[in-house]
Parts: sequence; structure tokens; C-alpha cells
Amino acid sequence: MKRDVDLLILGAGPAGMAAAVAASASGQRIALVDDNPATGGQIWRAGAQAPRYPAAENLRAQLAAAKNVECFTATRVIAQTGAHELLLENPLHSWRIGYTQLILCTGAREVLLPFPGWTLPGVTGAGGLQALIKGGVPVRGERVVVAGSGPLLLASAASAKAAGARIECIAEQASLASLAAFALQLPRWPGKLRQAIELFDRHYQPHSHVVEALGDGRVQAVRIRRGSRLVEIPCDRLACGFGLRANTELAQTLGCAIEAQAVVVDNLQRTSLAGHFAAGECTGIGGNELAQVEGAIAGFAAVGLLAEAQALTARRRHWQRFADLLKRHFALDPELKSLPTADTVLCRCEDVPYGAVAQQASWRQAKLHSRCGMGACQGRVCGTAAEVLLGWPTPTLRAPFVPARVDSLLHAAALSSAAPTAVE
Amino acid sequence: MSSAIELHINGQLLRVTPGTSVAAALYLAGDGSSRTAVGGQRRAPLCGMGICQECRVTIDGQRRLACQTPCTAGMQVESQP
Ligand SMILES: Cc1cc2nc3c(=O)[nH]c(=O)nc-3n(C[C@H](O)[C@H](O)[C@H](O)COP(=O)(O)OP(=O)(O)OC[C@H]3O[C@@H](n4cnc5c(N)ncnc54)[C@H](O)[C@@H]3O)c2cc1C
Ligand code: FES
Repeated sequence: MKRDVDLLILGAGPAGMAAAVAASASGQRIALVDDNPATGGQIWRAGAQAPRYPAAENLRAQLAAAKNVECFTATRVIAQTGAHELLLENPLHSWRIGYTQLILCTGAREVLLPFPGWTLPGVTGAGGLQALIKGGVPVRGERVVVAGSGPLLLASAASAKAAGARIECIAEQASLASLAAFALQLPRWPGKLRQAIELFDRHYQPHSHVVEALGDGRVQAVRIRRGSRLVEIPCDRLACGFGLRANTELAQTLGCAIEAQAVVVDNLQRTSLAGHFAAGECTGIGGNELAQVEGAIAGFAAVGLLAEAQALTARRRHWQRFADLLKRHFALDPELKSLPTADTVLCRCEDVPYGAVAQQASWRQAKLHSRCGMGACQGRVCGTAAEVLLGWPTPTLRAPFVPARVDSLLHAAALSSAAPTAVE
Repeated sequence: MSSAIELHINGQLLRVTPGTSVAAALYLAGDGSSRTAVGGQRRAPLCGMGICQECRVTIDGQRRLACQTPCTAGMQVESQP
């Protein structure tokens, strides 16, 4: 089966939703695709224990009212099957989608770095724990340590607290001086300042990072380095994430230029590839406000509403400055490169220890010699860690981009052998 | 609030509120673990957002990500032994 649309938008977070709403006025046929079961992306995630977000409800209502926008949730991109054509899969079907223009709004993921004990059940990402809680993971009465870096630590701790957990410690790797400099700039973004005050927690510890998770079959304690001191904190969960990394792999695989770990775009959110736009955190980490403005600019620009797009550039600049500030003050301490020991698992899919990878000259060599990055996640976790720890560029994707069903793969195979119309 | 959803996790009957993910159901029904790694360790959901693939389980005969799948009535979920 094949469908054609004028505009395909990949990712239905703040950027993708804003792009679809902006573009919808044109009357063009628009498809909005996301692998999550509902729209909203990372921040406006739906679920049993998720709060309601007025901004998201507003965009959802506008999308529902736009007859020319079709939403495909729980839908993944499996492969590129031609120029301007992708193979999609949902739990029931797979189909090809042809597009005239594409807006990539694939967002960002957490940087998850390996340390001894990080494979123990009970250890999750920081945003990861927040996402799991929104989906209904029970944490009432549990002792939680949050660690890593970035504003997400406070947001995650707040979600855990609201769900009845007890926060034992929030370990932020950035120094007190850096955090103070960040805080002093916040009045320029009053909403962000208010949020920081609301979310602040007395267990917040600057210049602290996780050293080891301890436990037998499950995490039971965490060792944290606070300046020069080492402390051990008993806990039931450790939520640890070292900031965000743009999801650039799909853009890179399609042929868009990537620089400084982000999709390169111009003032109208156009990538280096004709007919392909990108917006939101896949073009650099900047929070949901920047993602929404960029999404709207891309949506307007893609359907030729250039005046509407240009009218938003001042707003984008305002939020871009905030993004620059975040980047500057939460930069990772090079000391974190010594988090894993030689026998710490780096590649969780294939159980490859860090030592077996670090002794190689490049990611390619490491893959050849150790199976690192060859598993189900295709290096989205260990490749990102290797990027931080060893300075290696992230790997490109191979089809299928995510583990896919056999019928979808046959579909793709039939196409590449130039069979006429492949069936589902 | 709409009524509870009934599903099976490793053969055990579980009732959850609508909107509950299969990842949450694994915790509600047991220790939350999803699979056994190559080296024999139990593993549980890590990223919560469809990236790490640690939460893969079998749902009605298909391999799916527990963190990106909401529970639906009658679902049969098997974690990897
Ligand atoms: C786990 C996590 C939790 C966060 N929590 C908060 C918070 O509490 N507060 C806050 O201010 N900020 C939070 N953030 C930051 C947040 O990412 C941004 O503020 C905002 O959501 C960025 O919007 P976006 O549209 O660019 O991307 P996202 O919101 O990341 O949306 C991208 C969407 O695209 C989907 N996607 C990606 N690739 C594909 C593909 N190939 N095929 C189909 N779909 C795809 C993703 O699943 C996702 O739904 C969080 C980030 C993460 C990673
Ligand atoms: S927990 Fe990482 S993919 Fe589900």
C-alpha cells in the first residue's frame, strides 16, 4: 500500500504539532507521524499519571479541527524506500508514504552514560523515570536519587514527588558557580524563573555526580561524589541522565547536513536537502518554547506563508538565547569520562564492556571487534555514550531503522528487488 | 474516570487504569523487569521513551516496546524469561 501527502511531519512533540497547525491553513494534505501512542512528544506525554497541559490541549484541538491533517500515532519509520518516500509501520500494518516536503521534528533523547551498576533494574534515565511515572509506574513511598545534569533533573524529581516518592538527593554535575551564573540570567525569561523556583528542591547538590549504583539484582544504594567527598545513599531508584542529545540519525540517513550534533537549518528551518525542513530539538536542545516557534516557522515556510514565518524570528531569537545559556552552564565536566571502568557494560543490547570498545580506534573498529552497537537500539544509547566519552561521531542508521516485523521487512525487500506492488 | 482494563502479564490477571503503559504493568504485576541480557542479568525499562529497547516484551505474540504501548483489554504480555 502506498499513500501520498503534500507534507509529512515526523515527530508530534511541541515542534511537530506547531508545524502541523501552522501548515494546516494551506489546505494541503498533511500527515503527522509519531512512534508514541499519543501526540505531545517528551514534555506533553499522555498517560495514566500524566498531568494535563493546556498548551498541548490547545494544539490537539486545532489539529482535530483541521480536516486536512491526519495523525498517525504508534507509527515508526522503518526504511527509506525511494526519493521522498519512507516505509512506515504501526502495530497492525506497514505502508509506504510519499511526500513532496518533509519536516523533521524528531526531538531529542537523554544522554545515558555508563557507570558501574547502571544495568541494575531500578536505574533509569532522569527524564526516563518521569516518562515511566506518567505511564503509571508506581513510586509511592520509594526513595529516589536523581542524578546527572540539566533542568530535567528538577522536573523529574518534581514528578516523582508528586507521585508519592521521597527524593533523597538530586546530584547535578555542574558547579555552583556555573549554576549561580545561570540563575542570575533567568529573570530575562520570567516564565523560566518562576518554573525554577517552583521546582527547586532542597536536596539539590551542585558539583555532584554518581559514581556507582549498588545492589543485588536491583539498585539498593548509590555512591555519589560531592566535590572531593564520596557518600553512599540508600535508595529504591536511581534516575540518571546527563542532558539531552538531538535525534539526528534519521535526518543524517536521509542526507541532511549535521553539525555540532544537530540538524543544520537556515532562518526558515530549511535543511541542506531541498524540500526537507527540521524544527525543534533535533536542530539543537532548546526547550519546548523554542521547539514550538521553530515548528511554526517550518510549517508556515513549507506551505509558502513566508511573511507568517518571518514574523516569528524575533520570538525564536528570544528562546534561542535561553538555549545558548543552558548549553553554556550545563556543559559536561570532562571528569565524567572516567565514570565507566573497563568492565562496565557499555552496550546494553550485546553486553559489551567499555574496555573492549575504548581500546579500539573508532566506532567502526569497535563494532567489528566487539558487536558494540549491533543490537536492537543500533547504538542510540552506547553510540551516544561513546560520543561523549571517546569523542567518536554517532553512527548512522541502517534499515530497518528500528526493529520491525517480518511483513514490513518483506515489503521493503520486495521494493528493493523492484517487484511491482508489494502487499502488506 | 473510565473503568479498569484487564490484561494478563505472564499469565497473571492484572487490572489497571486506562492510560497505563505495559512498562507500568510490569511493575504492578511483578518486579518490573522485562528481559534477560546476554550475560544473564535481568533488565528493566531504562529510557522510558522508545530509544533503548530494554523494555521489549511479547504482546499478543508480537515483540513490542512496553514503554510505548498502552495496556488494552485482553492483552497477553510475556516478559522474556
Ligand atoms: C525524557 C524527556 C523528558 C522531558 N521532560 C521535560 C519536562 O518535564 N519539562 C520540559 O520543559 N522539558 C522536558 N523535556 C525537554 C523536551 O524534550 C522539550 O522541551 C520539547 O519536548 C522538545 O520538543 P520537540 O517537539 O522538539 O521534541 P520531542 O518532544 O522530543 O518530540 C519528538 C517526537 O518525535 C518522536 N520521534 C522521534 N523520532 C521518530 C521517528 N523516527 N519516527 C516517529 N516518531 C519519532 C518522538 O517519540 C517524540 O514523540 C524532556 C525531554 C526528554 C527527552
Ligand atoms: S524503556 Fe527504553 S525503549 Fe522502552
